[in-house]
Order: sequence, then C-alpha cells, then structure tokens
Amino acid sequence: MKKSFRKSALTAAVMLGTLGVVSAAQAQQPLNVVSWGGAYTMSQEEAYSKPWTEKTGQRIVNIDRSATGLAGLRAQVEAGNVTWDLVDMLPADAKIACAEGLIEILDHDELLSPAPDGTPASQDFVPGALDECFVATIVYSNIVAFNTEMFPADKQPSKIADIFDLENYPGMRSLQRRPINNLEWALLADGVPHDEVYEMLTTEAGLERAFAKLDTIKDNTIWWSEGAQPPQLLADKEVAFASAYNGRIFDAQVNENQPFEIIWDGQVFELDGWVVPRGKMDVAKDFLRFSTDTERNAAQASYISYGPARMSAAGLVGQHIPTGIEMTPHMPTYEPNFATALPKDDEFWADYQDELNERFDAWLAN
Amino acid sequence: METPTNTDRKGKKKSFVVFDSVQKTYDGESLVVKNFNLDMDQGEFITLLGPSGSGKTTCLMMMAGFEVPTHGQILLDGVPITRLPPHKRGIGMVFQNYALFPHMTVAENLAFPLQVRNMNKSDVTAKVKRALSMVRLDNFGDRRPAQLSGGQQQRVAVARALVFEPELVLMDEPLGALDKNLREEMQFEIKHIHDQLGVSMIYVTHDQSEALTMSDRIAVFDDGIVQQLASPEALYEAPENAFVASFIGENNAFVGDVLELSEQEASVKLPTGQVVRALPVNVSGKGQKSTLSLRPERVVINPEPGTQPNILDAVVHEVIYMGDHLRTRFSVAGNDNFIVKTPNSFGVSRHKAGDKITVGWNVSDCRALDA
Amino acid sequence: MSVSMPGSQTNPESGVVGSGGATAPLLAADGRPLKVSLRRAMFKNKARALLLVSPLLIFLFVAFVMPIFSMLTRSVESNEVITLLPNTAMAVQAWDGEGLPDELTFAALAGDLKQGQIDRNLGRVASRLNYEYSGMRSTITGTARRITNLENPESWKETLIDINSNWADTGVWRVIKRESSGYTLSYYLAAMDMRYDEEGKIVRQPETRRVYVDLMIKTLWMSILITFMCFILGYPVAFLLASLPLSTSNLLMMMVLLPFWTSLLVRTTSWIAILQSQGVLNNILVAIGVVDDNNRLQLIYNQIGTIVAMTHILLPFMILPLYSVMKSISPSYMRAARSMGATGYTAFRRVYFPQTLPGIGAGAILVFILAIGYYITPALVGGESGRFITNFIAYHMQVSLNWGLAAAIASILLGAVIMLYLLYNRIVGSDNLKLG
Repeated sequence: MKKSFRKSALTAAVMLGTLGVVSAAQAQQPLNVVSWGGAYTMSQEEAYSKPWTEKTGQRIVNIDRSATGLAGLRAQVEAGNVTWDLVDMLPADAKIACAEGLIEILDHDELLSPAPDGTPASQDFVPGALDECFVATIVYSNIVAFNTEMFPADKQPSKIADIFDLENYPGMRSLQRRPINNLEWALLADGVPHDEVYEMLTTEAGLERAFAKLDTIKDNTIWWSEGAQPPQLLADKEVAFASAYNGRIFDAQVNENQPFEIIWDGQVFELDGWVVPRGKMDVAKDFLRFSTDTERNAAQASYISYGPARMSAAGLVGQHIPTGIEMTPHMPTYEPNFATALPKDDEFWADYQDELNERFDAWLAN
Repeated sequence: METPTNTDRKGKKKSFVVFDSVQKTYDGESLVVKNFNLDMDQGEFITLLGPSGSGKTTCLMMMAGFEVPTHGQILLDGVPITRLPPHKRGIGMVFQNYALFPHMTVAENLAFPLQVRNMNKSDVTAKVKRALSMVRLDNFGDRRPAQLSGGQQQRVAVARALVFEPELVLMDEPLGALDKNLREEMQFEIKHIHDQLGVSMIYVTHDQSEALTMSDRIAVFDDGIVQQLASPEALYEAPENAFVASFIGENNAFVGDVLELSEQEASVKLPTGQVVRALPVNVSGKGQKSTLSLRPERVVINPEPGTQPNILDAVVHEVIYMGDHLRTRFSVAGNDNFIVKTPNSFGVSRHKAGDKITVGWNVSDCRALDA
Repeated sequence: MSVSMPGSQTNPESGVVGSGGATAPLLAADGRPLKVSLRRAMFKNKARALLLVSPLLIFLFVAFVMPIFSMLTRSVESNEVITLLPNTAMAVQAWDGEGLPDELTFAALAGDLKQGQIDRNLGRVASRLNYEYSGMRSTITGTARRITNLENPESWKETLIDINSNWADTGVWRVIKRESSGYTLSYYLAAMDMRYDEEGKIVRQPETRRVYVDLMIKTLWMSILITFMCFILGYPVAFLLASLPLSTSNLLMMMVLLPFWTSLLVRTTSWIAILQSQGVLNNILVAIGVVDDNNRLQLIYNQIGTIVAMTHILLPFMILPLYSVMKSISPSYMRAARSMGATGYTAFRRVYFPQTLPGIGAGAILVFILAIGYYITPALVGGESGRFITNFIAYHMQVSLNWGLAAAIASILLGAVIMLYLLYNRIVGSDNLKLG
C-alpha cells in the first residue's frame, strides 16, 4: 500500500517534470518529418536532424510512412488536417502530388542555399533533381545483389543478364513485386540498348518481349514488397539473387559483414528528396534549407551509400563514419558503377504504371 | 444365487437383476458404493432412495453400463453384464433432465432407439404412434422438445425409454424438475405404466414420498451402504435402524441407555431419568446406547393413567392447524421437538402453548434401534 | 418528459384483460383506453432502452455504417471531369461520339486546363483519366503546362493536337464524354476484369490484364479451405476441452489462447522461420533423410504458407465457439443414446454432432469472414500464389491510390460475403448460430 503510494507519487513528480520540459519547448513545436525508416532515416538523423536540434533546439519527429506517403498526404489534405511538415518522397510521386496541389511549389533559388562557391542552387543540382514541387537530396539506385557464398569463387555473376541465366547461375531470385525496374532489366538483359528501353515498353511487342524474358525465371522468383526483405532473403540463403535499394545492401555489407556483392551493371537510378505539404512552408522552410546545403548533403553520404544530389557535395564525400570505409566506390554515381546505369523515366511510369501494374499482376497470377 | 430359469407363479423370472457384492470407487481412496447386493424379480419396481451422495445414482449408472464396478458382479437375466457396453444391454433409461434430443422432433426422439436397431420404417412409425398414445401425446409428434411443457417432456422421456420394449427400465430422479402437483400426477402415471406393461423398473430418488407411493421394494442408501431393503410398509412400520427411521416419514427420537433387555421388551433410561419400555429391534445388550423411534401418529394425548405402558409429562410449545389434522409440538423428556399428529375429528380438544399434559404410547410402537 | 400520467392505473392485470376484450375498448381508471395507457407506459421503457444503447448506435453509425456507405459511393463516383473540367464536360455532350469534337469543345478544354493549372488541381482528373486510358496523365499535365501562356490561337483544336497527338484520338474524347456524368461503372468493370472498348462497349479485359475475378474466386476458395482446416483441427481440441476436468482443460485453454497474446507479426514471422527452405522444418526433414538437401520443400511464399499460417492464427476463433457450445451439451444426451442401443459412433453422429452444428456454424462464419479480410499474413508468407484479393484492396488504397477501384473490389467482396451468409442462413438457419 505504502509502496504503491510512493510509486505513484514518484510517477506524478516525473510527469510534472516532463510537463515543465514540454512547456519550455512549447515555443518551438517539434517538426514532423516523414521518411522511409531503417538505415535511410538513420542517415538523415545523423546528417540533418542531430545538428539541427543542436543548433536550434527544435526536435525532429521521424515518421516512417514514405512507402505510402502519397496516400497519406492525400488523406490528410482531404481531411483538412495536415500533420506532416516535411515529406521524403520519390520524384514520380512528387509529380502527382504537385499536380493535385497537395504540396507547395518551391522557388529553388530563394529557398535553397547556394553552393560554397556561390553557384546558385538551381545550377548546383544533378539534372532532374529540382522539380516544380520537389528538391532531391540523394541519388539512389535499384540494383541486383547476390550472396557470394551461393556461387563458386570462379563463377560469380557480374552482369544484369546473369540473373536470367538459370543454367550458369542456378538458385532462387527475389525481385520487387512491381513492374518498375523488372521490365527494364528484362529488356536490357535481352540486348536492348539503354536509350531504347522506355520507347520499346510503350509498344505491345516490347512488353511481350519483356514479359517473355521474365517468364524464363518466373518459377524461380520470390517477390518482395518491403525494402527490408531482400537483404534478409539473401542472408538466409533463401535466394541467390535479390533486387534491392543499393543502400540496404551496403548496410548489410558493412554493418553485418554479409558476403553480398552488388551487380552495378544495368542499375536503374533515381532521385529521392523533400516535398513540403500544402500550408507547411513556414514551419518547414528553415529545416529544408539547412538539410539541403552542400555540407549536410555531403555528410549524409558518410552514413549511407546514396550519392549526394548537389554537385558541389560530390567532392566532399569521405569515409563511412561508423566503419571508416571509403564511401566513393560504393556510390551509384562512382564512375565504374555508373557506366551502364539507366535513369528511371518518371514520365513513362506516371503514364503507364496503372496499366502495367495490372498487366504485371495478371502475369504473376497466370 | 438362483438360476435364471427359476420363475414364480405368474411366469415372472426370479433373480432378474442381481448385484453381487458390488463396490465402486472413483479415486481409489474412498468407496462410493461399499457393498451393494440386490436380488430383483422380473416386473418388480425397486426404488433406490437416499440423500445425495449416498451412492444410489452410481449403482444405477453401473446397471446402465456408464460406470464399471470396482469389485463384484452385476447379472441381468442370469448373464453377467459387468463389462458389457451400454448399447448392448437393452435397458431403457429415463434421465434426470429427460435428455430429449433437442434437435429432433418428439417422433424422431421416439424413433431413435428403433432406428439404431435397424427396424423397418413402417414398424417404427407404428410403434412410435403407439408409444405416443400410451403417454397421451398423440398430436405432439412433430413438436420439438423445447415446445413442450415439463410434464409433457417427462412423458416423452418415459415413452422413449419404453418404445423399444426393454425388460428393464432405469429412472434417475425423473420427476425432480417438476412442480409438486405434476409430480404426484406423474407418479401415478409411471406406476400405472409399470403395472400395465409389467416391465421391471429401478428408480432413483431422494424423495421418500415418491418412493413410498410407487415402489414394490425400496433400498434405502446412506454412505454407500443399503441401510434397509424392504417394502414401503415394512420400512415405515418397522425401520431396522435409526437412519431409516429418521429418513422415512416423521419420527420422534430419544437416545438412552438399555437397562433391561428381553425378547419382547427393552427398558431404556433416558438422560432425564425416565425409563421407557420399547420393542427391541436393533439393540445388542444391556448398557448399550439405543435410539428410540416413535411415529407421531402413534402417540396418545392425555391417556387415562394405566391404559398405556409409557406415560410421560409433556409441555405444549405450539399447535399448527393442518386442516385434516393438528400438529402439536411438545417438550417431552428433554426432547423439545416431540411431534404429535392428531386427526381433526369431532371432539378433539385443542391445546394452547404452555399447557401441561401427558403423552403415552404402546411398547410395540416404540422401537429400540441402534444408537 | 411525463409519459405516464400520475394516477393512470395501468397495472399488468388490467393490461391482460384489455388484450382479451375486442368489442368495447376497456378503459383504465383515468378513463383513457387501456391500450393507449399501456402504450404510454411502454414508451417510457423503450425510450430508456434506446437511451442506453444510443452511444453504441451512434458509434456504429459513425464507425460502421458511414464508412460502408462512403465506400459504396466511392465505387461509383466519378466527379473529377465534371468538377475539374466543367466547361469541357458540358461542351462534349453535344458531340456525337464520331470523329473529333468541334473547335468549341477544344477551346473549352483549353480554358479548363489553364484554370486547372492556376488552381493546381489537374492531378486528380489526370489520374482519373489515366486509369481509363494510359498516357492521359502526361497528356493533361503536359498540355496544361504548355498552354499556360498561350492566348487565343487561331485554332485550339490544331494547337492542342500539335502539342499532344492524343487529342486527335477519338477514344480519348469518348472517355472524357463517358466520365462527364459524375458516375461511372468503370471501377466495377475493372474489378470484374472488364472494360469499355474503343467504341464504348463493355468487353472482357484482354487475357494479359485479367487479375481480379480469378483472385476473388481463389480468395473465397482458400478461405473455405482455411475454415475447413480450422474445423478439422479445432473440433477434437474443443471436444477435449469440453470433456476434460476443469484443471486440465484450463491449461489446454491457455495453450489455445496463447496465439491471441502474441503479436500477429511475430506469429507470422515465426512461421517464416519454421517453413522457409533453410528453416527448422526443412532442416529436420533433411537431417532425417526424408528430403534431399538440394530439393528442399517450398513450404512458404506460396499457398501452403498462407494456409498454414492463417489456419494457425484463426484456429482459436473456431475452437472458442465450438467449446462454448460443447460445454453446454449435457453428457446425458450421449448416455441416453447409448442406453437406447446406439454405438458410440452412432450416438456421436446422430446426437452429439448435430447439437454442435450451431458452434460449427458460428466458428466457420467467424473464421471465414476473418480469413477473407486478412491481408498482412498472405502478403508476408503467401508469396505470389498465396495472395488474397484483400492485398489488392490494400495496394489500391495505399500505393496506386485508385480508391474507386479499391472500393469496387471491397463492395463486391462484401456482397459475396453477404450472399454466402444468406445462403448459409437459408440452409442452416441463423437461429442455429451460437457464439457462446
């Protein structure tokens, strides 16, 4: 009896104390930042959030909802109650959100800080990184990785075509359960030149060719839907190959010492970055400016193997902070990795993903 | 033990059901049934009577085959059935809550025992019809049990136990759920069916008036032992021990020490000093404790001195008017609960509380039993 | 609120008399007809009862009826064209559906697109039309961007077609005209693997795009199979639970309920650990030599995985109603049947089993309806063949954002469940349903 009283008195005291802290910070509301979770959010935390909180005292609340970010934004805007302050999303989603008026139009030169040498922001980002409502922070890549222990040392795969070669490289594959990337890889593996891939996918013959190529490994494929699945499947040796985001594989390589290897051939790279939900410009713009400056942009690359979207940051990429590994060779944009890279065509997928998703599902089901 | 061919004058088999030194224990530590022996003739109506937990239902369940005796044997018509599964025994049974199958109509319930015997359809229909009319429920065949009153359900249960013409029917407190009037009506009905069909019945109840009205013989159970097995009359008039005397009917009891003991008479000294003369039934010798049992209707009020062998002083506590008789509670020889029943006939004087009178009784009406 | 008058003598006795007398209405002590008095007295009771349940009623209305209604509305609603391209929607009505619309319609479209660009709301209509006609998204947003600063050219028709050749496609205009009414069947058509063809007739989807019908049938079939598995596994357990002494059955009941106390994701992922090809089960099978190391069984990421994991998760929902029904069946029924000459098997089949039907019905309906609505477990362990239609509802809700199609599939699923329930009700009867 007495003990429980003391306990509740203590609880009350602690709660009162917390209230005091909260009211002190009341002047500065925490910022709700939506991102992808996992290693990626960690890198943002280290590179942006911690220095920001140190500098301003404002807390950053991480919300792992980017996978369904567009749906969430739409629901919040429709309900008239937007609680997200800054959202990390893909440029294709940002295009849709922008056209629907869910997010703010950005004046890049006014909002973003110039490069250290004075180059205005609009000149300092890689092509396609700045869109009407979107500012990219990283370049990441969809790649296929494999577990080196699943193949003899003298017969390790190296080309994108190898994942379709069951004879020389037997074993299960794991691919993302969506047509994006898979159709591109099928055509690349079938010998279609890079610059003709998307054009070919607008034709029935091209689609048939892509699906026919995928048919050859359909029975040997496990389809994943969460970004955390492929490293797990590779580690469990459930599959020999798995498509993945390159950062996830890097994370498993350096932090868990997994014997994974990335096939950079045929990587499909795209950008990822910030959008500001409608009506949140005032609360989000300071952090937006801070997190996109050259120094922060380069710092993120010290935590995850995604390339900085600012050209002025590329030269500043150094070592992986936790392990001291040189980061440059792990970047999608590193010259030897980048030679056969294919940029993802957001316009094509914005137009055709409804139809191709259905077709892909029907193909899976039959 | 008699042979199964042995029959009496009416052609009824003797020793139709035999329990031979049957014992039963559930936990291996205490015996629920201690030593049960029964020799039942065909056509007899035997009631197992006793308080709850006395072992009577266990005996019935062993007869039906739902329990196996730990020791001893049960014979039906001369054949040992101790290890025979229940469905091969051909014994009809009526359960405490009737156990009518709720998902079947009355007619389907009655047809069930016939169908499991692979009887052909027309025979089944005919027999069901006859059984329904026997219990006067001719138009109720299509109803579900839930749509019947308690008495009707009871009659269906009886009909179902009889429809396949078993030679022995077991009834486990079948009237317990009915109200008093209905219960009495059903007692006569069951008795009537028993007389009509000549079927043997073993009936379990804790209600003594039910047992007395219906049975040919009653086995009074207590603590796993049959205290007395006798006709209703013998049980009431001549109980063999104090338990039976107190359990069957109303009873005035005195406990005292035996002073004198002969074949015809025992003198018992009560703790208050009076000496009562009684019929020795279950006393072993002088100096022993004995319970005296006296039925309330055998007491004479204010007897002329000398007309009764026992005359004791009594103080009236209360008089209860019961309509056909008066029930008077006295204090006699330290017993504050001495009941006397007097018929409410012309000229019977009524007493008031506090009146001091005398009560008397015959030697043969006062039975000296075990302590 | 004074409903019962002071002094109105509506005692139960007079009420009974009143219902018997048909000729002259009986009067209560205050001179009112007895029936009126009775009704007044009853009204107060009813009002009180209503007041007591009103929080639940309001909750149900807000949390259950309104969302379903909103879902049904969304599945047929198509107001994007009429609200976001209002002038075009009006002008295109005059077009006969052959060739191309007139210059006026093109001009109206140009005006709508310019306005939409200013209001920044073309995204919704672009998405909506893209469902019907791939390429419309970029056609609309691209065209709008290009004409923002264009003032009254000679011919809007030529200008627009010049910007994007899709505007010269009769099919595009047919879609716009069809979707101008505010309501559409196209979500339901899509959900049933059908579509409007070039001429606007309803035809089946080409084989390469048929997804939903087969999947819906497969979902129903697998749910039935899971329900059946739960029944086969759960019935003996429930029987044991109901017949064992309390102390033992309590322990067993804890084991039955244990899955309830574990998170769904933990349970599902532990099945992955057990069933995967390098998992516990396969390792055991390889170790004892039943399965060759190079031919490990594929037990997960397919239908087997879904069925095993879902049967495990839903088993308690079968056992609990069965248990509660079996508990209420007196052992004397079986004894009665046995005493009448039935063998143990016959007694079980004809007497015990029929009485457990209400429990089977309740358990089966519970499991079936829960199974048909599950989507996390099939998504995690079902691989491709073990996927449910609900995974597509979730996909269209969260990823493709085609809420109309999600609503249409969900409505069809709801309809199918209701039909199955009615069928069940017809065969078994809902009074034969016992949840406890």
